[in-house]
Amino acid sequence: MVSMTTTPPRPEERAPLDLSGKKKRQASERLVKYVLVACSLVTVATTVGIIAILLYEALRFFRDIPFWNFLAGSTWTPLFSGSQQEFGVVPLVMGTLMTSVVAAIISLPLGLGAAIYLSEIASERGRSVLKPILEVLAGVPTIVYGFFALTFITPVLLQPLIPGIGTFNGLSAGIAIGIMALPTVTSLSEDALRAVPRSLREAGFALGATKFETSVRVVVPAAVSGIVASFLLAISRAIGETMIVAVAAGQAPAGQSGGSDGWWDLTESMQTMTGFIAYTFSSDISRESTAFHSLFGVGLLLFAMTYLMNLLSQWVTKRYQEEYE
Amino acid sequence: MSTSVTTAQGSEQYHARLRVRRVLSEFWRWIFFASTALAIVLLGMLLYSILVPGLPWLSWNLITEMPSRIPEQAGMNSAIWGSIWVVLGSAVLSFVLGLGTAIYLEEYAEKNRWTAFIQTNISNLAGVPSIVYGLLGLVVFVDLMNMGRSVLAGAFTMAILILLIVVISAREAIRAVPSSLRQASYGLGATKWQTVRSHVLPVAFPGILTGVILAMSRAIGETAPLIVVGGASQVLFRPGSPTDPFMVMPLQIYNWTGRPQPEFEHLAAAAIIVLMIVLLIVNSLAIGLRHYFSKKTRI
Repeated sequence: MVSMTTTPPRPEERAPLDLSGKKKRQASERLVKYVLVACSLVTVATTVGIIAILLYEALRFFRDIPFWNFLAGSTWTPLFSGSQQEFGVVPLVMGTLMTSVVAAIISLPLGLGAAIYLSEIASERGRSVLKPILEVLAGVPTIVYGFFALTFITPVLLQPLIPGIGTFNGLSAGIAIGIMALPTVTSLSEDALRAVPRSLREAGFALGATKFETSVRVVVPAAVSGIVASFLLAISRAIGETMIVAVAAGQAPAGQSGGSDGWWDLTESMQTMTGFIAYTFSSDISRESTAFHSLFGVGLLLFAMTYLMNLLSQWVTKRYQEEYE
Repeated sequence: MSTSVTTAQGSEQYHARLRVRRVLSEFWRWIFFASTALAIVLLGMLLYSILVPGLPWLSWNLITEMPSRIPEQAGMNSAIWGSIWVVLGSAVLSFVLGLGTAIYLEEYAEKNRWTAFIQTNISNLAGVPSIVYGLLGLVVFVDLMNMGRSVLAGAFTMAILILLIVVISAREAIRAVPSSLRQASYGLGATKWQTVRSHVLPVAFPGILTGVILAMSRAIGETAPLIVVGGASQVLFRPGSPTDPFMVMPLQIYNWTGRPQPEFEHLAAAAIIVLMIVLLIVNSLAIGLRHYFSKKTRI
């Protein structure tokens, strides 16, 4: 850095400008730029790495188990031995879908309702109290939601309603995921609602609409791209959520535990795709077995599902965004 | 027959309808309020379900002792130290990489397809489930780079995961620096890097620091990728070097929650209280720092 310590000399006695550091500066400027570019490449390398590793390891798995048998097979028993070992991923996918649907039923309407309340109805003071509380929900680690599902939702909330419900069940996990995803929906939807210009609301009121009519028929439609994007993000998080299902949803895939009536039975153990990965790693498993490679097949499917949800979310945001001046 | 209505009739219909609309408006107002209230009630239940079994089990033993088969003697000392190692390691790594990425994207990158690609890529990565990062860490750090199931592998995996949070908040902080500062620096003949280093970064620093701390708080609670990278087996000693195996707090909680004895469930609740207190401290630190700096540097 150039530092100026003395007062500038008079023009006639000023030495010619010393530019000898210019070359060095140019070189270090270039070096800095290269280092920064290298940093930014880490994020790209992460994506490439994830896709390459999942594909490479999954292909090794598909050499043992044909892709179609994996995708359409209806029995998932990778840790069994011999002829009883089967790699049909449908029960795991059903587990993921069923818990995510429960989560969506909880988080989407509640989250949107809370967003409308915070953005359209609550006073500034009410909002300043309620919003931080919801943000606390967003900061709770997911393992805590898993604990909550196992030790409170199932025995205290669900047992009285559904007497035969298992200790581990898909329903409690789904509810806990729903609670976890709720702040995502609320805060993103609220941002979208608040971005709608005030003039639209005033126009609604001027036409004689009530508060509710203005909120639901003017403001919500204007913010629909942000709201749908928040829904999709919440569903994507529900699909990828691991710790809640690892703790509360049980280790038998949907339809494969003793008392289960089938893939749809939320009251019994319902292992999801993420739950399978977590469970398999917490039990020691041979690194050369087909079961180990199946982890990457499941991982690839999981990645593809959440990636599609994200692309969809971006597309919705772009396609349906309303622009206001 | 006539389709027209008299003014009196119309007005009557209008007022009848208006009453219904007002009732409806009021009704939905309560529905929206109820959904907000329900979210808060749920948070209350969550805290209740942890505090009631956990508080009686909260003791110094829990913090100073190692895990044990006997619940009365079991503690999470190794997990606390493991969390400190992994979280600090990942914070340093993600700070360096994240700041570099943010500076590049905000100050250096031209607006072209490649930059747009990096940006889209960052928002796509944010949606990848954390357990997938675990699979990446297992293959790249544990196996390929031969780190084994060590603190180092855990810190690298976690760094990649929280990198996005650092990048996004650092970019926001850098973007918020007024361009007049940069112009003034250029006007005095400073080079780009001199401008960034001596004028942009000092002003953006509080925002960047807050982002790093929030990323740390995410790392403290994150469990899934570390199950894959570190394994969930008990660790009965503190890590002494980056190549040692490790246990972290949420993983210890997972371990205890999964046991059949109710004592361990209570122990898990107590451990959750410790974890939540740590998170509370870290988050308050972020808020406090932001507040402190926003008073100090105002432009």
